[in-house]
Amino acid sequence: METYIGQSVKRREDDRFLKGAGKYTDDIKLPGMTHSAFVRSPYAHAKILSIDTTQAKAAEGVVAIYTAEDGCGAYGVPCGWQVDFKNGETMREPQHPLLAKDKIKHVGEAVAIVIAETQELARDAAELVEVKYEGLPAVTCPKKAMEPGAPKVHDDWGDNASFDWCIGNDRAEVEAALEQAHHVTEMTYKNHRVAPNAIEPRSYIADYDVNGDKWTLYTSTQNPHLIRLLLCAFALGIPEHKVRVVSYDVGGGFGSKIYHYTEEALLTWVSKEIGRPVKWTSDRTEAFLTDAHGRDHIVHSKMGFDQDGKIVAHLTDEYCAMGAYLSTFAPAVPTYLHGTLFQGVYTTPLIHLNVVAPFTHTVAVDAYRGAGRPEATYLLERIISKAAKEMDMDPAELRFKNFIPPFDGVNEPGYQTQVALQYDSGNYEAVLKRGLEMLGYEDFRKEQAEARKNGKLLGVGISTYIEGCGIAPSAVVGALGARAGLYEVGHVRVQPTGKVSVFTGAHSHGQGHETVFAQFVADKLGIAMDDVDIVHGDTDQVAFGMGTYGSRSLSVGGSAIIKSIDKILEKGAKIAAHKLEAAEEDLDYAEGKWTVKGTDKSISFGDVSLTAYVPHDYPEGLEPGLDFSSFYDPTNFTYPFGAHIAVVEVDSDTGKVNLQRFVACDDVGNVMNPMIVDGQIHGGVVQGVGQALLEEVVYDGEGQMTTGSYMDYAMPRADDVPMIETDRTTTPCPHNPLGVKGAGEAGTIGSTPAVVNAVVDALSHLGVTDIQMPVTPQRVWRAMQN
Amino acid sequence: MIPAKFDYKRASSVSEAISLLGEHGSEAKVVSGGHSLVPAMKLRMSRPEVLIDIKRIPGLDTITEEGDEIVIGANCTHSQVMRSEVVQNHLNIVYQAVSKIGDVQIRNRGTIGGSLAHADPSSDYPAVVLACDATIEVEGKEGKRSIPATEFFLGLFWTALAEEEIITAIRFPKVANGTYQKFFQSASRFAVVGVAAVQDGDGVKVGITGVAGTPYRATAVEDAYSGSADAAEHAVDGLEDLMSDHFADETYRAHLAKVMVKKALDAL
Ligand SMILES: Cc1cc2nc3c(=O)[nH]c(=O)nc-3n(C[C@H](O)[C@H](O)[C@H](O)COP(=O)(O)OP(=O)(O)OC[C@H]3O[C@@H](n4cnc5c(N)ncnc54)[C@H](O)[C@@H]3O)c2cc1C
Repeated sequence: METYIGQSVKRREDDRFLKGAGKYTDDIKLPGMTHSAFVRSPYAHAKILSIDTTQAKAAEGVVAIYTAEDGCGAYGVPCGWQVDFKNGETMREPQHPLLAKDKIKHVGEAVAIVIAETQELARDAAELVEVKYEGLPAVTCPKKAMEPGAPKVHDDWGDNASFDWCIGNDRAEVEAALEQAHHVTEMTYKNHRVAPNAIEPRSYIADYDVNGDKWTLYTSTQNPHLIRLLLCAFALGIPEHKVRVVSYDVGGGFGSKIYHYTEEALLTWVSKEIGRPVKWTSDRTEAFLTDAHGRDHIVHSKMGFDQDGKIVAHLTDEYCAMGAYLSTFAPAVPTYLHGTLFQGVYTTPLIHLNVVAPFTHTVAVDAYRGAGRPEATYLLERIISKAAKEMDMDPAELRFKNFIPPFDGVNEPGYQTQVALQYDSGNYEAVLKRGLEMLGYEDFRKEQAEARKNGKLLGVGISTYIEGCGIAPSAVVGALGARAGLYEVGHVRVQPTGKVSVFTGAHSHGQGHETVFAQFVADKLGIAMDDVDIVHGDTDQVAFGMGTYGSRSLSVGGSAIIKSIDKILEKGAKIAAHKLEAAEEDLDYAEGKWTVKGTDKSISFGDVSLTAYVPHDYPEGLEPGLDFSSFYDPTNFTYPFGAHIAVVEVDSDTGKVNLQRFVACDDVGNVMNPMIVDGQIHGGVVQGVGQALLEEVVYDGEGQMTTGSYMDYAMPRADDVPMIETDRTTTPCPHNPLGVKGAGEAGTIGSTPAVVNAVVDALSHLGVTDIQMPVTPQRVWRAMQN
Repeated sequence: MIPAKFDYKRASSVSEAISLLGEHGSEAKVVSGGHSLVPAMKLRMSRPEVLIDIKRIPGLDTITEEGDEIVIGANCTHSQVMRSEVVQNHLNIVYQAVSKIGDVQIRNRGTIGGSLAHADPSSDYPAVVLACDATIEVEGKEGKRSIPATEFFLGLFWTALAEEEIITAIRFPKVANGTYQKFFQSASRFAVVGVAAVQDGDGVKVGITGVAGTPYRATAVEDAYSGSADAAEHAVDGLEDLMSDHFADETYRAHLAKVMVKKALDAL
């Protein structure tokens, strides 16, 4: 019986969050703790001529100052994914030092760390460190970075490419099909750079303890075990069993806290040098300058259609910035998380994508909510809508013509794409139908025509996305270049009294795992949610884990927990059979007790638990205890999909876009907690709307960031968005026990092109065919002038 | 986001504030709501050694009706001004402007005196005091004086205030028909363009903020107003330099100025 699954159970964690009682890294104060501040480069590209710390060292309260000369972390922080050149050349992977040595490669790169008794004194002393630079020309645009004579980010190689990669069908074959096509639609644009903006800035405390020669690193990460692995095995070369990584509450990540950052490694090194704990918390401007950003692709694409509007071929070339160094998963983002989604929800028979990934004099780019899939969706959904206009077809109709027909992945096989993946299950027509119905599409088109007569600029934009979550199995991702497995660990410890502690390698930083995981655990065990606790974010408590990103927690982490629950129920049945003097096959388990079929003889979960720990009257040969840990390595990705539809009105005088309606019909497989899924969709949609209308990281020609604070970087606010209208269809995932697909990124992936399509639609009768994102009033106004 | 070290002193009267200013000279700054000064200090762009807090000086936070005039004390917060019935009834243009400043938290702290003294080229109050022909009342070592709004703003973050002077109040004539129209910058929500327009007999008085480094009276619009339907087209006449950033370059800003002036004139 399902008591909690499918219910909008209120989030348990909100009580402490709303009362300000959450435990974030910056809240932690250890005895004897020191504070640190970084000296960061004001140049994007420069030679370091000299660093003079004399005056700073003499300043009040200074404990120590380190520069690259001091030999900290000789290896630097590693990259976790290798994408080689299509010609076989190995990915070019520069060393990423913990402190810059000799040369600066982006604004904000750390040159020195100052440790002092208070944060204020650390900042004051940091200002006294004198660094002499010789400024050099910089390149921040990924396309310009590949032009002959472009300033080089790393001197080790002939040009700025980290790799040049392709996926899909043979290029010549795709080109030939485009030649033959009845109609070809072409687009060139920039999927611009955005900053993740977690509300809690990155924060770390490293604490070296001579007793036992152990380190504890408190860190605001999405990924404690991976951080420990990268820190120990690569960055510092210290023994993994001597290091504990703790991340209690984390105030948002959106990808930016997946990665192993230089500051984490450096603080860990420093704490042993000074023999005291040391803390660093980023401020907002530092966050803009040093957190990994998202997107930054320059795209040129062609899509060919036959006379019926069927897509016949799709060819795209992209330049995707890596930034100055390769962040942990950076190479995977514009490749295996991006090119593999170029099939979209369409039957396109021929697809080819080429990606050149150059280094640029900017902070690194890595996975930001959606990671590669929003960029793929933006391209597909914009170009299809553009094609519809060019072929004088309705954009919904063109999509219906090209959808992959429904398949459930059980009776019908999964859908093999041209770009490596096999979709699990899908019904793409159904979500769009429902989306259009929610909107009242036909009526809207009439209203739009009327409005146009009165000079009112109304537009509607459709986006039908698919994405890939919970990427797996490990052997496959390994073959694709991942240097880690992508399984998850779920450990279920039944306490003697029948209370249950669940240890998960997934990490909650806003997702609500403490609630959702407890919901299905309680249901599967037939016990009360209050009897289930979810523990995460501490490598000393949780055996191992791969953290939370890519909407993987429930589909991968949840499945690992289910595996352990199965083992518990299997062992519990043995104990119950013994106590009830019945055969195991004759027992049923429901509502928290084992019952002998057809009788009223039963034993409760609690009694079985106690028996397991007080094994007096106990099955012979059976080990005591009720405690299982499992690793779950999925057989495939999961593929959520949906239809997002936006309605906008454009102010003809100012170009300002007013988002009037947003309809999201998503299919995320089975839903454990509708309220939380809605919340994820709402937040995701707003982030996608943010990219479409407002947000943009701007670097000027010298590599200076001109959007390093909220005075200039526009975040979406409540009054920028209408109430988001959500609904769902349900196509369960056929290959995981809960039938779930993932909902963390769907909103961001689907929404951006819906909004831009709507703006272009509103202006289409004026001859506008595209507007560069973010579609700010200025850009819209300019587009209307031309 | 941590300011450099500073000393803090609280003044309990205007004369104490002025003598403290005299004592510490250019090292000191007065602080009222702190919502322009403190952010700049946190970025270490401003680093006064002494802060003289004037926020609790008695008598600087009143709003009074004096015949045909309304006098708003320098320390009145934006929220206080917004809530004032006197303002709503006799100076509705000010109500309209302050209700568009920042958000609730900002309005609960920021003050009219601080806003004018700070003279941020994108802030809202300057357009309004210009259009209303308000007077800025100041007090310093040499005593009190009144500065007409039209003579107050000298440049980017630069006013006619002498180093040891503070604003004590702003004196507005009552306004029967006025409007404030703001085009918000999407990140900061300051004004890309803010236009205040006041009906003045058959004529109009128009103050514009956000467009030039110094807020200005759009005299060309005022001159063209009677009779001409396209007076708004003159919104940036005679300006030498328009502000420019990635939200609005000069061309777009000039266009917006005209659009917003037109809106304002239409709203009168
Ligand atoms: C997030 C945010 C959003 C904002 N949005 C807007 C907006 O949309 N529109 C807008 O107009 N403003 C906006 N502001 C600014 C806000 O209105 C400020 O409060 C105001 O500009 C300054 O008032 P204050 O009392 O805080 O001044 P303070 O910060 O205390 O002082 C500012 C300057 O004025 C001087 N000063 C203060 N009082 C006096 C006085 N009586 N006499 C002489 N000098 C004085 C100080 O020495 C200092 O140099 C925003 C501020 C923030 C932080």
